[in-house]
Amino acid sequence: MRRRRPRGLGPAAYGIVVLALAACGSPAAPATDTVTVLAAASLTEAFDQLSADFTADHPGVTMELSYGSSATLVQQVNHGAPADVLALAGESAADPLDPSAVRSSTPFAGNVLEIAVPSTNPAHVTGLGDLGRAGLKVVLCAPAVPCGRAADATFAKAGIIPSAVSREVDVKATLSKVRLGEADAAVVYHSDVVAAGDAVTGVPIPEAVNTRLRYPIITLTGDPSAQAFVDYVVGERGQHTLRSFGFTSP
Amino acid sequence: MRYAAGLRSRLTLGVPAGLALLLLVVPLAALLTRADWSRLPGDLATPTVLPALRLSLLTTSTTAGLCLLLGTPLAWFLARSEHRVTRWVRALLTVPLVLPPVVGGVALLMAWGRTGLLGQHLAPFGVQIPFTTVAVVLAETFVAMPFFVLAVEGAMRGLDPRLEAVARTLGATDVHYLRTVALPLVLPGLASGLALAWARALGEFGATLTFAGSFPGRTQTAPLAVYAALEQDPQVAISVSIVLLAVSVLVLGVLRGRWLR
Repeated sequence: MRRRRPRGLGPAAYGIVVLALAACGSPAAPATDTVTVLAAASLTEAFDQLSADFTADHPGVTMELSYGSSATLVQQVNHGAPADVLALAGESAADPLDPSAVRSSTPFAGNVLEIAVPSTNPAHVTGLGDLGRAGLKVVLCAPAVPCGRAADATFAKAGIIPSAVSREVDVKATLSKVRLGEADAAVVYHSDVVAAGDAVTGVPIPEAVNTRLRYPIITLTGDPSAQAFVDYVVGERGQHTLRSFGFTSP
Repeated sequence: MRYAAGLRSRLTLGVPAGLALLLLVVPLAALLTRADWSRLPGDLATPTVLPALRLSLLTTSTTAGLCLLLGTPLAWFLARSEHRVTRWVRALLTVPLVLPPVVGGVALLMAWGRTGLLGQHLAPFGVQIPFTTVAVVLAETFVAMPFFVLAVEGAMRGLDPRLEAVARTLGATDVHYLRTVALPLVLPGLASGLALAWARALGEFGATLTFAGSFPGRTQTAPLAVYAALEQDPQVAISVSIVLLAVSVLVLGVLRGRWLR
């Protein structure tokens, strides 16, 4: 008597698994109606709005957005992340970007630094000078990400050594420490203070020592929908939206 | 026929087994091939790496000490009780084991943060935990303690109950019995629990970043330094990763007697 072999997972099934994995992993050109955008963390609220407005006008287009520090996004693109559009906080953030990946780059927004404090302002922070006060809990972005580099430049110009307790991975993580009430102050962008609404209060930094950033929007593929999105952001309506989120013209 | 069937069955098991091995080994091998050995000493001497390694050594050792001091008695109670409450406590202990570390970080903030459950009562005394080295130790202890307690509890359960009965007839108290009889006998379990907890503390990332932040020399441990370096100088990140890999292999060596026989 022969025992019947169980007919479960044969080699064929494993072949299917391998093929499926390969399909997931291949950086194939995104479908023409899906636009993948990698954007600096500071653009979170503005780009959510911009993409919602854009898809309202272009019902056939699906937007996929991912936010992170510009330094992280550039590394992702250099390592082959499939994206159509890259929007960075400041032009120097694009320096480590593989030049062969760039098809076009356009400045589309400007931003300046601002101090964010909890709305109750428990440490009575009234200006940049206060951030050097001993015992104050100041949170900054990591030195490798644009908001951290800009903050370091501003403190150097002002001749202040900040009482920093943490250098966070991106500007939203930095702001969140103030929103949670764990930090007395954070140096973020003016747009972040605007986007946070009542949760935090902004304390301006004088123009003489402030660091201004020009945000570039970069196309990585020739996808026509991606180009249409970039045109929308750079165009009049996109600029109007960006200004309502606290960005200036580039 | 028989041969072909044998071959097929070999392939059915061999192909996935080989794939599993590849999935695990290739990334480690890739890390080693990308290492620039001549740059290694220089990379490790950079101003952020050395303090990060030192901080990791300090905090993980403190965590291991806390596990030993606080975890051993807990393991002792868990090992000798079959009470319903004990079973609940044991289930509770496994939660940090499987919890995403970043969730642990949020939970720690809610407990020890300035406005947290316990933190709000500490703040008036000028005690603030977040962004301090103490926060790093708390985060590491939160994730590492369960490993230690469960390992030691398992070892203690293996003890012959007659030993305790005999010790009692000789007039030994709990503490006396634990110190002179039980602990020397569970020493291998204690050591492996300690090594496991230490290794888990060394790898801690999510809870630390969320709860303690990242500041060189104060809260930026080695894994956080790897993450920070990746955006500035990936080669430094690879060099520190090599060191952490070497340390992990070393810990495995310590555990060898127990699991790798």
